[in-house]
Amino acid sequence: MSAAPTSLSWFARHELTLAWRDFLAILTGGNRARGIGLAIFLAIVALVLHLMAYGLISPWAAEGIKADAETLVMLTGTGLLFWTVMLSQSLEAVTRIYYGRSDLDLVLSSPASSQRLFAVRAGSVMLTSVVFAGLLASPLINMLALFDGPHWLAAYGVVIAMGAVSTALSVGITMALFRMVGPRRTRFISQIVAAIIGAGFVIGVQAAAILYYGDFSRFALFQSEPIITAAPGADSVLWLPAKAAMGDRQALLLILAIGIGALALAITVSASSYARLAISAAGLNHVASQRRPSRRPFQARSQRQVLRVKEWRLLQRDPWLLSQTLMQILYLVPPALLLWMNFGATAGAYVVVVPVLVMAAGQLAGGLSWLAISGEDAHDLVTTAPVHPRTVLLAKIEAVLTVIAVVLLPLLLLMALSAPYPALVTALCAALSAGSATAIQLWFRMVAKRSMFRRRQVASRAATLSEAFASIMWAGTGALLTAQSWLALAPAIMAILVLVIAKLISPRRS
Amino acid sequence: MTVSALAITSLSKSFERKVVDGLDLQVRAGEFYALLGPNGAGKTTILRMVAGLLQPDQGDISIFGMDARRDPIAAKRVVAWVSDEPMVYDRLTPMEYLEFVAGLWQIDARAAEAKANELIDWLGLRPHANELCGGFSKGMLQKVALAGALVHDPRLIILDEPLTGLNAGSARQVKDVLLGKVREGVTVIMTTHILEVAERMAERIGVITNGKLIAEGTLAELRSRMGRESSLEDIFLDLVAQGAQAA
Repeated sequence: MSAAPTSLSWFARHELTLAWRDFLAILTGGNRARGIGLAIFLAIVALVLHLMAYGLISPWAAEGIKADAETLVMLTGTGLLFWTVMLSQSLEAVTRIYYGRSDLDLVLSSPASSQRLFAVRAGSVMLTSVVFAGLLASPLINMLALFDGPHWLAAYGVVIAMGAVSTALSVGITMALFRMVGPRRTRFISQIVAAIIGAGFVIGVQAAAILYYGDFSRFALFQSEPIITAAPGADSVLWLPAKAAMGDRQALLLILAIGIGALALAITVSASSYARLAISAAGLNHVASQRRPSRRPFQARSQRQVLRVKEWRLLQRDPWLLSQTLMQILYLVPPALLLWMNFGATAGAYVVVVPVLVMAAGQLAGGLSWLAISGEDAHDLVTTAPVHPRTVLLAKIEAVLTVIAVVLLPLLLLMALSAPYPALVTALCAALSAGSATAIQLWFRMVAKRSMFRRRQVASRAATLSEAFASIMWAGTGALLTAQSWLALAPAIMAILVLVIAKLISPRRS
Repeated sequence: MTVSALAITSLSKSFERKVVDGLDLQVRAGEFYALLGPNGAGKTTILRMVAGLLQPDQGDISIFGMDARRDPIAAKRVVAWVSDEPMVYDRLTPMEYLEFVAGLWQIDARAAEAKANELIDWLGLRPHANELCGGFSKGMLQKVALAGALVHDPRLIILDEPLTGLNAGSARQVKDVLLGKVREGVTVIMTTHILEVAERMAERIGVITNGKLIAEGTLAELRSRMGRESSLEDIFLDLVAQGAQAA
């Protein structure tokens, strides 16, 4: 029996259909064979992750897992790491409920209830966040269930409660931002908050581990004696999620009730203002954003300079880039701390620092290159201008690599003062990593709007994977070179191989 | 002999089917030329090849005597391209956009600034000169794009459906600007679905179907060819129907 039009279930079915088709499009790109290939690849990844989880869990399970302070601290800390990522994602998704247009104009101009639509969309944010986190945690949960008993499957229930709480909190944060800063700034600030939440806790824990234990691992903090000793007693409510994950039914029911109750409350409170806020967000498309006129406009510049200045202006004004760069910079905090801690000492810490910096350079270069090379909003203008295409590409590459250099230079200088050799290795490998990411984006370039950035991975998975593999290989080269090992040749050759394969499979251009 | 603003010889382009089929076309310098045709006739493909946005399969394109295929940079120096989707950056202001375009065409900075200010005033963009284009209406964006096309003083302006989505006021302003440019001796080639615009503005009209030029001339010439006193709309529909029958 079909649901009554505009009822909750009718909206839910509509949303699910769209989400499913979107998911399939992302997965297959309209190509069935590609979908099958990707499914096989994902199955292999899942298997590898399960094997890795087996390595972690089996010794722990062999000793017998007890609900002692040590276990509760470890589970709660790990859960918090997962939850901050969930919160960051759901905050971004909830913002999209208000700002994404697609069919919103149609629904809001219809006599259908916008409150029901909001309830369904908030529910779908929770569902997406639960599925994502559930998939991410599944290797650990499944291995725990396999080696210590099926009671660990209750952890999936905890993931559901965490998803509900993170969505409820995201709705609350978004509403508060609308009230405090208005629709014009809410999206931007929300992106920044999401980036800080997403990276902040993970980095904070890592930074604390480095500062107090000189260890790069986030889990060092959760296993430390002072933390375990200072932890509250076993009957504290703080351990409810951990106990629920271990199969305590009462705890599970309680946190599920808290999570779903919080979400229901957030939806009830916020739904009535949804249409008004979404409409005010839509009105922003017609709101002017005043800029201070340049003091020295129309300077004599070469075509390359003109193109570089344009790229820098656009990158500087890109809200996505700001939050992503902030995230990258936040990720650089732990290695910077480690550098600071080891300043003047000839510690092996550089073996850890160098690959992190090299990876960050590659990742940032990949995003920036896409924006500069493929995300050209006025492609026709640049193509019809009397500029050689090579000049355009060179200018864009220069613009990207300059930004990377500006971000990395302070850390490289700090490193060079204490350890010139690792600094040299980092500079070399970061340049290779950024250069590789840029080259891959160049080979796989397409004509797209900058607003398509979020979907760039969908457009070419080959480019995304090559970019990631090349960065990892250069990071490995950096680590091994820092350790002065000849084995550094192996990942370097692999990186070159990745580049050769990427070039071979990249679209041909006439 | 005067050099044509645009001379196209045996131009062909195929995608999955032949879109442009051995086209010959001449547009005189200082002329307002309208290219008409039903959807999918090949008008945009022809203009994109002229502007250097598409590579022809075969044929020659000469712009003011310059071989656009052999020396595209030289040809591009004198051409401006305006499409129905304004080619403007959301996060640049109109002044920054004009500065960028002038830089691409390597216009002297002082001259470009004066020209940009003149265009900003002429097109009524002064109150928005330092606002990001992201908040502009379609009409305003099209005016910014048009200012970009004019800031480097092109000798040939190619416009593909430039009036699509514009309100009456903006459309009038764009039309006035184009007629003003033709009076200054600039050549304008424009595609449009609004036959009234072609009827009023164009000195010569070319009708394309299936990638071929099936008729060309002034409105009077087209009327005499059809053998009756009728509107451009009637002539156009008859010609397209004849073209379809012939195909």
